Amino acid sequence: MIISARGLRKDFTVTRKVGRLRRERHVVSAVDGVDLTVERGELLGYIGPNGAGKSTTLKMLTGVLTPSGGEVRVCGLEPVAKRTTLARRIGVVFGQRSQLWWDLPLEDSFSLLRHIYRVPEGDHAARLKQCSDLLGLDEFRHTPVRQLSLGQRMRGELTAALLHGPEVLFLDEPTIGLDVLSKQAVRSFLTDLDRRGDTTVVLTTHDLADIEKLCRRLVVIDHGHVVHDGTLDELHARYRSRRIIVADLDTPWPEGLTLPGAVVTSVEADARRVTLTLDGAAAGEVVAALAQAVSLRDLSVQEPNIEDVVSRLYRDES
Amino acid sequence: MAEILETTRVYGRVLRAQVRSQAQYRTSMLLEILGSMVVNGLDIATVFVLFSVTGALGGFNGTEVLLMTALAAAGFTVGDLVAGSSDRLREYVRSGLFDSLLVRPLSALVQLAVITFALRRVGRAAQGLVLYVVALCVADIPWTVGRVLFAVIVPISGAVFFASLFIGGATVAFWWIESGEVANAFTYGGRDFTSYPSTMYGGWFRDLFTLGLGFGFVAYFPGLVLLGKPDPLGLPTAVAWCSPLVAVIAACVAAVFWRIGVRHYRSTGS
Repeated sequence: MIISARGLRKDFTVTRKVGRLRRERHVVSAVDGVDLTVERGELLGYIGPNGAGKSTTLKMLTGVLTPSGGEVRVCGLEPVAKRTTLARRIGVVFGQRSQLWWDLPLEDSFSLLRHIYRVPEGDHAARLKQCSDLLGLDEFRHTPVRQLSLGQRMRGELTAALLHGPEVLFLDEPTIGLDVLSKQAVRSFLTDLDRRGDTTVVLTTHDLADIEKLCRRLVVIDHGHVVHDGTLDELHARYRSRRIIVADLDTPWPEGLTLPGAVVTSVEADARRVTLTLDGAAAGEVVAALAQAVSLRDLSVQEPNIEDVVSRLYRDES
Repeated sequence: MAEILETTRVYGRVLRAQVRSQAQYRTSMLLEILGSMVVNGLDIATVFVLFSVTGALGGFNGTEVLLMTALAAAGFTVGDLVAGSSDRLREYVRSGLFDSLLVRPLSALVQLAVITFALRRVGRAAQGLVLYVVALCVADIPWTVGRVLFAVIVPISGAVFFASLFIGGATVAFWWIESGEVANAFTYGGRDFTSYPSTMYGGWFRDLFTLGLGFGFVAYFPGLVLLGKPDPLGLPTAVAWCSPLVAVIAACVAAVFWRIGVRHYRSTGS
């Protein structure tokens, strides 16, 4: 267990003006009793709506913010008390806060970080080469950071966070604002990192494709509470999201026809297009039954939509 | 020891990177250096012009007052060189950029000093030190080994004192982001206070700043020690030698403020 949090809480005092001089103080819990354990080598998606407490949690795990209550250990260390020791063992990419030297060529940041983290020359070169190959840094490593595109900069940030071989990598919205190609580059890089298995990754994101492609385990947080902790499939099961079969027919759909294991949700286009929602049965069985009952022209099976699930989840809790 | 040396080397590298970053904007940097050279030159000229006219102040003659002014200048400018930019902490706290200092395996305070380092302050510090050396030469000092040592230590302790003040003042930003210029009243105001003999001021104001807040230990008391004069205000000579101790106390207080402040840091949105 590389990360453990029990009853983790962060309260902020917010003052609000009431009247000319008086101010009212309110305590707002950004994180309100989060329990979380992460095993070594896991890739965890930490998701939730804006203001749910994702970033605040990450900042408590990295020693940036002091928790108001609860217990937290990362790599066996208490993050705030052992901040600098922990810093050598974790890597951090906070989308909006660059770790790079703005006015200097990208490679200068890398060599500065080598000295800051005291990485032996050989290890540094090997890790840099690996990142460079996977992320295609070579074409812009001599460019000052301020002239990089967001996508290039993010690849630089990822590399910068990994050069000291951290045990845990914290990523706060690493794909936000990136173009499609850069997103793909970041995702496949993280997939690769995950496959190698020696780096634990905790990732916050709003990007549903990130979730589907990367995260085996999802922790959903809302209003400072964990509302779901499990796999994507479990999330689907819990919110009863189902696969959908859409079939185009040669002849109109016979009214009143039912198929075992599926529910007819709509009949359109002169009864020549029918939408079925799977309910327990495997897609193959339903398709076979369908083919027997009617004459099929075209057919598609749609996976449950994570977007729907997540938006339902967010709505549910708010 | 090796550990300290290695850490210092790392900070040195980050500092050089910072200077290199500033050097990217060549014209701006050249103008800044040129400007500060002109201003510093004028500053020194002003001091000499001023002292050539009157000089005597609060019961001290011209060269004696110059020594105190120079001590204040040396302490302040060197302190300013090290920590003068720490009021920029406000920007870092407000924008949440302070986060990125906290995730590195280095002291956040030293990082802040390094990344806000401004080359133009080197000129000012040089000016302060030159003025100090000149003042030591022209003042009538009964040199002893103790005084030589003291003359070396005192600008350092003055610098530590002012650096502590800068840092302590900057930590206000952890509590009130809109802290404004409150701290400057003590830093720049303190410099102006220490530039003249404390005997010039009167009543509770003098006692508060000279003794209560410790400003007398930057230039006034050390000046008396170097000149071998008793305190006209009647404090025992031993007190006057306490400048380094006062600097250490100031540094400890600032360090405590900083530590508590960092724990109060709230960061900002995502």
